[in-house]
Amino acid sequence: MAIEDDVCVIGGGLAGMTAALRAAREGARVRLLSHKKSTLRHASGLVDILGYDDDELVANPFDALASLPESHPYRRVGGDAVRAGLSLFDDVTGDAYRGNHTDANALVATHGGTVKPTARYPTRVAPGLASQDRKTLLVGFDSLTAFDAPLAADHLAAAGVPGTTRGVTVGFPGDFRADSRVTRFARALDDDETVEIANGSMPVRRALARAVESHLGGAERVGFPAVLGEEESGAVREALESSLGVDVFEVPMGPPSLLGLGLEALFQEALDEAGVRRTTGNPVVEFDASDERIRSVSTDRNGRPTPFHADEFVLATGGLVGKGIDSDREEVVEPVFDCYVPHPDDRYEWFADEAFGDHPFARFGVTVDDDLRPLDADGRTEYDNLRAAGGVLGGVDFAAEKSGSGISLATGHAAGRAAGAATNQ
Amino acid sequence: MATETEALVIGGGSTGCGIARDLALRGVDTTLVERGNLTHGTTGRMHGLLHSGGRYAVSDQESAAECIAESRVLREIASHCVEMTGGLFVQLPADDDEYFEEKLAGCRDCDIPAEVISGEEAREIEPYLTRDVERAIRVPDGAIDPFRLCVANAADAEEHGARIETHAEVTDVLVEDDQVKGVEIRHESGPGKRSHHEPGTTERIEADHVVNATGAWAGELGAMAGVDVEVRPSKGVMTVMNTRQVDTVVNRCRPKGDADIIVPHETACILGTTDVEVEDPDDYPEEQWEVDMMIDTLSELVPILGEARTIRSFWGVRPLYEPPDTGTTDPTDITRQFFLLDHADRDSLAGMTSIVGGKLTTYRLMAEQITDHVCEKLGVEGSCRTAEQPLPGSEDFSVLRDYMEEFGLRSPIGRRSTERLGSKADEVLKTDDPNPVVCTCEAVTRAELDHAIADAGTDLNATRIRTRASMGNCQGGFCAHRIAALLHPEYDEATTRTALDELYEERWKGQRHALWGEQLSQAMLNHALHATTMNRDRYPAASDDGIEYDRFDAGPPTPEAAADGGRRDDAHERADSREDDHGD
Ligand SMILES: Cc1cc2nc3c(=O)[nH]c(=O)nc-3n(C[C@H](O)[C@H](O)[C@H](O)COP(=O)(O)OP(=O)(O)OC[C@H]3O[C@@H](n4cnc5c(N)ncnc54)[C@H](O)[C@@H]3O)c2cc1C
Ligand SMILES: Cc1cc2nc3c(=O)[nH]c(=O)nc-3n(C[C@H](O)[C@H](O)[C@H](O)COP(=O)(O)OP(=O)(O)OC[C@H]3O[C@@H](n4cnc5c(N)ncnc54)[C@H](O)[C@@H]3O)c2cc1C
Repeated sequence: MAIEDDVCVIGGGLAGMTAALRAAREGARVRLLSHKKSTLRHASGLVDILGYDDDELVANPFDALASLPESHPYRRVGGDAVRAGLSLFDDVTGDAYRGNHTDANALVATHGGTVKPTARYPTRVAPGLASQDRKTLLVGFDSLTAFDAPLAADHLAAAGVPGTTRGVTVGFPGDFRADSRVTRFARALDDDETVEIANGSMPVRRALARAVESHLGGAERVGFPAVLGEEESGAVREALESSLGVDVFEVPMGPPSLLGLGLEALFQEALDEAGVRRTTGNPVVEFDASDERIRSVSTDRNGRPTPFHADEFVLATGGLVGKGIDSDREEVVEPVFDCYVPHPDDRYEWFADEAFGDHPFARFGVTVDDDLRPLDADGRTEYDNLRAAGGVLGGVDFAAEKSGSGISLATGHAAGRAAGAATNQ
Repeated sequence: MATETEALVIGGGSTGCGIARDLALRGVDTTLVERGNLTHGTTGRMHGLLHSGGRYAVSDQESAAECIAESRVLREIASHCVEMTGGLFVQLPADDDEYFEEKLAGCRDCDIPAEVISGEEAREIEPYLTRDVERAIRVPDGAIDPFRLCVANAADAEEHGARIETHAEVTDVLVEDDQVKGVEIRHESGPGKRSHHEPGTTERIEADHVVNATGAWAGELGAMAGVDVEVRPSKGVMTVMNTRQVDTVVNRCRPKGDADIIVPHETACILGTTDVEVEDPDDYPEEQWEVDMMIDTLSELVPILGEARTIRSFWGVRPLYEPPDTGTTDPTDITRQFFLLDHADRDSLAGMTSIVGGKLTTYRLMAEQITDHVCEKLGVEGSCRTAEQPLPGSEDFSVLRDYMEEFGLRSPIGRRSTERLGSKADEVLKTDDPNPVVCTCEAVTRAELDHAIADAGTDLNATRIRTRASMGNCQGGFCAHRIAALLHPEYDEATTRTALDELYEERWKGQRHALWGEQLSQAMLNHALHATTMNRDRYPAASDDGIEYDRFDAGPPTPEAAADGGRRDDAHERADSREDDHGD
């Protein structure tokens, strides 16, 4: 029996999920095909629109959009699409995120001790914004080496962050192994497990507050690495706040990122509610096209192809990290539809010499028209019913300008809406 | 009197220990019996190469793909047993170009990261390689300590309720009406034995299912049960050198052959090997020509081996197996695949399964498949967790050390940190503070890094060379900042920042020659972790212009406003309404 949908989205990252959701809201029957976990597992969980423009720190990203180069994905879809994408995001995330009260960027402390401009931040992170002039205590755990709180505090102080910032390292209460993963700490806090401490045992939330209490020294807010629960994070923070009598916030961390995973879960719930059919675990490897239109794509399941037919397709397979863009020694390719990916012939021109140089590889991706349809090397539309969104788009170093999730939301929204609308005609 | 168990595993090599752990984790009541100490058989007498799969990339791609997948798993779950040295397939003038290309293509086919480097680059990595080197393929080979690996598996099995009996030899397999009922074992006393039994006692263990994981001895066990298991034991020599002439696994890039691999282990190098079929796995000649051949042939690759001192040589027997009637004459042509023999299907003998063939690198996968099979027979539900759940040794050094002692084993890599640290080992490693792994690729702990930093000061590249931290696959992406943080508070934030930048730049320099495929994806991931998540490319403290903090969002206006979702400004309201009527 053939699988038939109106819209088929390939790639289950932020861009693909946004496109699928938006197309479903257009009334389309939507299928979302995804191979592996999205990059949200690695990502901080912050949603950046634009943090830097030509090396300048940007206070209001919306003011800067118009001056971006013509080839930038934001210029393709326009400023309204950026707002529309964010609006959909706000709708999906509800109380779990903050930042929609203003156009201005927020500065969030990073686990490396810098501040980062971002547009939307988890509620768990909100009390920690750098622009609040408050006495801050950062707390690290001695077995969690990715966040060294005293060092981060010194970095932040050197960056002139308002208020004073101190850091302290404590042992996470209880008998956890030295290499416990962050999910282990989170689960213990979720369940408020009873832990053994020096003189007896007590619930871990209380024990953690105890461990921090004596270090408070007048701090008005306390920041922990983002491990304060997966399912029950609100309750965990509340418990700590009421024991400590101060605001508690979290500092976004690297992989596995609970904040990123939490964001993914919110979108997946929304997808299920919207009736989007999700098929995961197998990569799309082939497609069938005729008359400049994609007719179907096929996933590979242990060597057996499964075709998925649809009227409209959205390519949201991510960039180099998500494997939507791949390379070998000779060339850089978009592996599903073999869309054109501009790149220098000589692979020694793919990178800059400095680690944080202006890397051409960071801009690898497909080029698109104003309707987000991929273009071939001669600038002609590849397929009438194929649109691309998110990290697979080229022409931008999202890491340097801090715009990753913003681009995924804006282009995912635009592609989803256009695909959904096309099937209505 | 008989004792009872659900599953009885015979053999305390990597295969048996892996199976016992998997069974125990799935809640099956399990007993493992081993006639010697753990690793008494082939597992304690092997080359210790954690195969990237490169070796099999031309001849046996299925094995190759299994190797790379399992090697990735072991780096995660058994990081303390693994040293990711990297590996080279080196081409000399006499070696065929076509084979070199086939090898490279084979690696790519099997998802094995492979990079061609020039002879000059190869000699930069391994300065003792012969000047003749044409070029080389770089692959993620590694060294693995079979001792710690087995102990950790057995320890975890015990932790989950299994009974592990060493110095307990199976002397008979009990069969009734075409059904295996259990085994008879003889306990022998001796040093290093876990639970005490009188010398010469025997025990009858009844089991719902018996797993024969005796490797090269599987035929003997089969015979006790009255079935044929056609193992073809094949011996191989390994020659241990006095120092570490190479730091990378060095393979000769030509079709199968003897004496074509050098594996660095701790402070030594091990040369190998040969492949000669033997009749009896307990009694075969250990011949001088084999040792001579190691040195003569491998000194073509690394000339100083010709002059270097050899400490000793040892031999092991491969548990090769081929299905009846295959009739391969040359043992090097026998597949390295493993086989699960369901004696119920095959010989109408219920209650017993044999596992033969395979490699240490794929022990976990073999164990998983056998365990799936046994659980099906036992009607036990539950899925395999061994690919995700770290082994005890890979979480906490001291736990493993206790078990090492308990099982009476001294492992060469168990002494790894100790040797690196010399007389300070105890002082450094016996810390009351937790000692987490900071660099996961290379399994370097905080205590070791702290110690190296005490010598090297803020030069993190010097610390890197001492410990190998940040030299693995991620090239510092996941750990450079963690390493740098150890400098603080002894050194201030600005010094720490500079030291980190220096390490990160140095790591970048090397990656530039490998930027395609997987490594390019890794580079982008590193770039995102450091530039996006940490915003390290824009350290505000490093720039001269201060930040005007009051131009940025300081949060929703009041806590109350925040509680009901925050207030929106006008611009935003407008955007919302536009979105609703799809007006644009
Ligand atoms: C380390 C890191 C940190 C980041 N931090 C931030 C941050 O702080 N702020 C911010 O705004 N953004 C950040 N980002 C960016 C953001 O998380 C996303 O990477 C970006 O939004 C791109 O999303 P995407 O949906 O296009 O792609 P991805 O998230 O990469 O998803 C692509 C999906 O497509 C699937 N796929 C690929 N090929 C196929 C195929 N052939 N068939 C089927 N499925 C396929 C993949 O398995 C994956 O699920 C970060 C990214 C990284 C890597
Ligand atoms: C020379 C050589 C080099 C190798 N190099 C590598 C390499 O670099 N990388 C790699 O991945 N693989 C390598 N291998 C293969 C690898 O060593 C083996 O595949 C693996 O160790 C087999 O483990 P096993 O548990 O199946 O067998 P064994 O380790 O042999 O375990 C079987 C156990 O059963 C016990 N036993 C036997 N009879 C009885 C009885 N009657 N009662 C109780 N117990 C009994 C034995 O004492 C033995 O301990 C090499 C093999 C050889 C020979």
